[in-house]
Amino acid sequence: MAFLDRTARTLLLGELVEGLALTLRYFFRPKATINYPYEKGPISPRFKGEHALRRYPNGEERCIACKLCEAICPAQAITIEAEPRADGSRRTTRYDIDMTKCIYCDLCEEACPVDAIVQGPNFEFATETREELMYDKAKLLSNGDRWETEIARRLELDAPYR
Amino acid sequence: MSETTAAGKRLVTIDSLAMNFGPQHPAAHGVLRLILEMDGEVVERADPHIGLLHRGTEKLIEHKTYIQAVPYFDRLDYVSPMCCEHAFALAVEKLAGIEVPERGKWIRTLFAEITRVLNHLLNITSYMMDVGAITPILWGFEEREKLLEFHEAASGARFHANYFRPGGVSKDLPAGLADRIADWAQSFPKFIDELEELLTANRIWKQRTVDIGVIGAEDALAWGFSGPCLRASGVPWDLRRAQPYDMYGSVEFSIPVGRNGDCYDRYLVRMGEMRESVKIIKQCLANMRPGPIKVQDRKFTPPTRAEMKHSMEALIHHFKLYTEGFHVPAGATYTVVEAPKGEFGVYLVADGTNRPYRCKIRPTGFAFLQAIEVLGRRHMLADVVAIIGSLDVVFGEIDR
Repeated sequence: MAFLDRTARTLLLGELVEGLALTLRYFFRPKATINYPYEKGPISPRFKGEHALRRYPNGEERCIACKLCEAICPAQAITIEAEPRADGSRRTTRYDIDMTKCIYCDLCEEACPVDAIVQGPNFEFATETREELMYDKAKLLSNGDRWETEIARRLELDAPYR
Repeated sequence: MSETTAAGKRLVTIDSLAMNFGPQHPAAHGVLRLILEMDGEVVERADPHIGLLHRGTEKLIEHKTYIQAVPYFDRLDYVSPMCCEHAFALAVEKLAGIEVPERGKWIRTLFAEITRVLNHLLNITSYMMDVGAITPILWGFEEREKLLEFHEAASGARFHANYFRPGGVSKDLPAGLADRIADWAQSFPKFIDELEELLTANRIWKQRTVDIGVIGAEDALAWGFSGPCLRASGVPWDLRRAQPYDMYGSVEFSIPVGRNGDCYDRYLVRMGEMRESVKIIKQCLANMRPGPIKVQDRKFTPPTRAEMKHSMEALIHHFKLYTEGFHVPAGATYTVVEAPKGEFGVYLVADGTNRPYRCKIRPTGFAFLQAIEVLGRRHMLADVVAIIGSLDVVFGEIDR
């Protein structure tokens, strides 16, 4: 009986027809794809995207040049130079991230004691030239200004776990 | 060979044709370069050339603190990143004598199994594409996408997670993630059924894989096989069972074992393992209790941010950990995990400082790759592609 069954299946292309029927069933199911530039997949509050330097609500930059991020960075992508400002506070004069070296491990954000450097939700920062990926302090601060609302929301959501 | 005959004509005999397979061939799974000596379309000798993705990971790790070394492990076997981290985290814990809290262990077991499903899904479907079935790979990405979302929700990155740390995991699971994983675990077996419906009995698939690249149990052991490739040859050897780490000792699962050691059996073993992984995932979710996720010893794991901002002592610990890191007592360990591809080991020598003295990585794929010569001999060129696919080699770990 098993022999008959097997022969019948072989002759009638049983498994191929089954496979095609499955494909046909999927043809009528809802699509799983999204129309990317207009629709995007969900990302969680922990997403490690493009870096940003944040400011306090009064506009003062948060970074105090403790250089913890520079020390922890496994790829040594961060370069910081600092000296006291005219008002006596310690601030960076140079804060560069080489985004071509960065491995997006989030250790800089974990290390930062004042929540200044964060990895924000932006993942669409492809550039045409390599030089554009050498981020300097102005670029990072402008990222921070642009994404602040979303970054603050994400930090708030993730705060219980950090 | 050439010789000049009496009539002054040169006679040239070509006994074999050396062919370059890869390194940019899509079926080479990365940057595999095979020098194939062909006799017509039959492979006489296969000589893998490696090193095109060598990044000096082992040496780099010697110059990093233990915390900084973790992201490098993601980039070894980039198809199953968390399992590589797992080996390193376990090795450091063994040397430092840390005991991870129970919830941390459950989370690690959970994500190691999610990673296993991720790896097998990509391997099986891309292996199918190598032998000519285009549908499954596009289709399998839908399930992979769901799993990558879990990865992303827990660690913040879809692949290079940096999630398993020496002493536990970096962050607890966000609220609701466990339920989402449970929902997925309910629906996933149906997807495996459909994938099997499409392939297991399919005559084209069977013609391309049955009795191709056969390796017996003894040969497989002699060539240093491990993981699904060894089990397909009929050796029921699984490190999760043989020397349980984390919570594998307290979950129930069976080990799928093949019989013939051919490409088809390797596929079947991986299919079976995905079903077992789903069982383990369900048990992890059922047994997980709230609690600490990493060691509460501030010499090894950083304090919470709230604590760090209010307590001077916590701030000092924070600064110490993120600059100097922690010191690991002198010693050596070879710690292995059952990575999706097989035995992934880390031989770690600590000299009492904050950096490893030596970190030797035992990649899984290396042993498989050296056996390509044995597996692929006297096979057709197209079968070599099937063999490479069934071995599941990834060059991030082979070249390191």
